[in-house]
Amino acid sequence: MSKYLVNKFLFTVDRDPDLVERYRSDPAGTVAWWEAECANEILGCPGLEKSTWLSFSGEERRALAEHDHVALFGLGAHPFLTLTLWIAMFERDHTEPLAMQLDYGARLAHYSLPYPDIST
Amino acid sequence: MAKIVAILATTHHPFYYKTSQLPPDEAPPFAAEWVRKVAAYRETLTRARPDLLVMIGSDHFHQLWLSNMPQFLVGKAPFYDANYYNEEREFGLPRLLLRGHEELSSYILRAGLDKGFDLAFSNELRVDHSITCPIFTVRPQNDLPIVPVYTNIFAPPLPRPERFVALGRALREMIDAWPSDLRVAVIGTGHLSLELGGPRQFGPHGPDPEFDARAVEWIAKGDLDGCLAEVTLDSLHAPGNATHGFMDFMLMMGLANGARADYADNLDLFHTMEAYFTWYPDGVPTPEGASA
Repeated sequence: MSKYLVNKFLFTVDRDPDLVERYRSDPAGTVAWWEAECANEILGCPGLEKSTWLSFSGEERRALAEHDHVALFGLGAHPFLTLTLWIAMFERDHTEPLAMQLDYGARLAHYSLPYPDIST
Repeated sequence: MAKIVAILATTHHPFYYKTSQLPPDEAPPFAAEWVRKVAAYRETLTRARPDLLVMIGSDHFHQLWLSNMPQFLVGKAPFYDANYYNEEREFGLPRLLLRGHEELSSYILRAGLDKGFDLAFSNELRVDHSITCPIFTVRPQNDLPIVPVYTNIFAPPLPRPERFVALGRALREMIDAWPSDLRVAVIGTGHLSLELGGPRQFGPHGPDPEFDARAVEWIAKGDLDGCLAEVTLDSLHAPGNATHGFMDFMLMMGLANGARADYADNLDLFHTMEAYFTWYPDGVPTPEGASA
């Protein structure tokens, strides 16, 4: 489990307009590229000073590559990060206000308390 | 000594700004009442005639990140840029520049450290909608310097509710003892029951209206004992997965020394309940502006 790295992916993509579009249109390719090139960048440190040990688990990689927000919720990804990025990518595909957010929640309806732990 | 002329505790709803800008024929049915309630709430700050604002909020994974996460952080900078690309994108929030008040920032950092709060600090802080929403609602002219104080209600492990209350009480003591002639207002924003990114999000009301009713009563009455008897880090999961933002309200109740609020209002909206509270520790101002 590398919840921190899943969150880092969601965080770094969400804050970059180009990456938001890239992840929307090519999720598997974006995840593969990001894990190879960006996963070990330490935010706030110069690019030369990378970490050496961060990688996704197989299920995390699959969930991100398939835009599977239900699986990400189950894995304990931070729900605010996932929701914010999903709104950026998919709200445009819905015509009614909040339709995307309601559908997003309905797909999680089988979860009851306690929700998966989001501690990192 | 400085005077705390008003304490405001409110929800921060990022959709208010955009909703309030819509022409009447495009606005949702609840917009007019929302704008009216916010205008009435704004007056509770205006009539206190503050010189500067201490603003309590919480970064939403904008500048603060899991590689280096402070629990409580005080901004100390001459200026604060505000709002982020994803807040522009999702909420239509414009970018702002706020002035800082470095003297009070320094004072709070020193006094806080000496009182046992190991406060982090930032000399270059871009604040987000937890700080700017109350600027849009209660001080839209954005003409006063601020001291931003961030709390971690977002990335566990979190401080416990008691710690938020204790920090509120400590901030009250610190500002009351600040050697200055300035009139200080403290504005804090948090949440009642709230669900984000979970199955209960964006319902017709907040995810737990019963919690909201109890919370509004705790705050309005200043019932810290009742609130602390029920609210724990674990209990806050039940009303909604983002309800830990209620701890910022608890901080404000501590700052108000558990007093009954002088002004209390709320508005039931889709997704969440809005709530507006004001205390006047220095006496309720008269309409003319002088303290009663």
